[in-house]
Amino acid sequence: MINYVYQLVSPRSFSVKYQEVGFESGVVVRPEYMAVCHADQRYFTGQRDAKVLRKKLPMALIHECCGRVVSDRTGTFRPGQSVVLIPNVPPAVDDGIIYENYAKGSRFLSSGSDGFMREFVELPPDRVVPYTGVRPQVAAITEFVSVGVHAAGRFDLAAHKRREAIGIWGDGSLAYTVACVLSRTFPESRIVVVGKSPQKLDLFTFVDRTYLADSLPADFQVDHAFECAGGEGSYYAIDDMIRTINPQGTIMLMGVSENKVAINTRDVLEKGLTLVGCSRSGRRDFERAVSLMEQPDFANRLQSIIYEDAPVRSVDDIYRVFATDLNTPFKTAFRWDL
Amino acid sequence: MIFGAILAGGVGSRMHIADMPKQFLPLGDKPIILHTLEKFLLCSRLDAVYVGVHPKWMLHMQDLIEKHLPDRKADIHLVAGGGDRNDTIFHIVEQIEKDFGEDESHIIVTHDSVRPFVTLRIIEDNIDAALRCGACDTVVGATDTIVVSEDGRLISEIPERGKMYQGQTPQSFRICLLKKLYASLTDEEKAILTDACKICVVRDTPVELVQGEVSNLKITTVSDYKIAQAMVGGTALD
Repeated sequence: MINYVYQLVSPRSFSVKYQEVGFESGVVVRPEYMAVCHADQRYFTGQRDAKVLRKKLPMALIHECCGRVVSDRTGTFRPGQSVVLIPNVPPAVDDGIIYENYAKGSRFLSSGSDGFMREFVELPPDRVVPYTGVRPQVAAITEFVSVGVHAAGRFDLAAHKRREAIGIWGDGSLAYTVACVLSRTFPESRIVVVGKSPQKLDLFTFVDRTYLADSLPADFQVDHAFECAGGEGSYYAIDDMIRTINPQGTIMLMGVSENKVAINTRDVLEKGLTLVGCSRSGRRDFERAVSLMEQPDFANRLQSIIYEDAPVRSVDDIYRVFATDLNTPFKTAFRWDL
Repeated sequence: MIFGAILAGGVGSRMHIADMPKQFLPLGDKPIILHTLEKFLLCSRLDAVYVGVHPKWMLHMQDLIEKHLPDRKADIHLVAGGGDRNDTIFHIVEQIEKDFGEDESHIIVTHDSVRPFVTLRIIEDNIDAALRCGACDTVVGATDTIVVSEDGRLISEIPERGKMYQGQTPQSFRICLLKKLYASLTDEEKAILTDACKICVVRDTPVELVQGEVSNLKITTVSDYKIAQAMVGGTALD
């Protein structure tokens, strides 16, 4: 069959690759809903380093996607079944120590290999996770939720047990999703969010308290902290975190920054802090994310950060959703009809 | 129910590449017709897919299905094609009604076997339009100016380009509507009206437009074939 693959060939320029595919061994999925990630947007707008762009493009974007199984020669799924797709492609051998998303030799669809902007996607059965009872526009952001789940899991293993107050720095989609996951996973802890935009912070109704970064009280302190700022905000967020965190606290670093960030190592040393880098996720995180999203309260909460743009039915519509996403404060999801 | 009907009744190769009908020529790793058939098989809204093949090439087609799509055999029905395009369509309609009975709600999505670049979106839009309107045709806006000449020597008319479209396939119909209209044609009309949508138009029956794709090209000439080969990144076979 000839499969249409919608590739970004250079910043703000898409082209169709007609790919002859056999679809003989895996699960064939028709994408149904997709969501835009900042990483996609950095490729689209050309914010990545020119060398990186030269190496990775042309490439289909999007790694947040849910769909329906159309055929499965492995017999794991039935046609019509609703599934979410895992973009991480781990190396053949799992050593049981390193998480699949950090393993040497693992690939990621939409960073080096084609992402999900395709007519059909074929994946091995262990890269497909079934779900039920979640609206597809919400299921589309499962990958995003799984990244929060992954961070929460690593935090649980790394951080000491005094967890009275956990701080989240950032007020965007990642901070919101991490806050949702943490408040479910650690109900005994007080979850506080530090952000810059009062309007965005207003959405965090379910956390114990929100603060504006420039007016933190003098006695403000947390036992552990999650950095969800990224970009230029990373420096200020990390600096605040190191200053206000209690001794031997754990800082989870989640926001991506194009530039190197200066860190106050003197206080990291003095307080005996642990800094844990966290990115992407693996199958276990997806399964946990799906089980959280299958709880209606959890899914409804996520719904409030999703803006559903009009369906994508042409290449022009792809440009439109990326433009829309640049002008929406949180997540942009869209139906894939191409 | 909704049926796919892939039309591969032709035998003539205008391409002089081989003695084979063009739908059986290779595109990448397999014959053109298999690419088309596979796309139809991935449309979950189709209940079955019929392929109208010239009687001489039935066995060849059977072998191809056996070799490439052994696990989808049950969903593919081979039908001997007729003398022309409409004949082939009606042979398929006859077989559909034998297999599944007559029903007012049956829809048929007819498609050229030599248009392997059809997309799922186009097929699904056809189904929706046929359900809504009873008949539809896949088109793309004309990019070249269309010039009409009655005698082949002088221009008689240059219609406004914005209103001109190029017809592709699929063309889709409510089966009962198509049968009724075809039955109303005289033998003379049948000989001229080789396009099923035109049958609707001459009988004042509305036909909805479905947006096609420029890439949904019909492989009829050697250059088309070379373009198709280049599109899938293969080498052209001469």
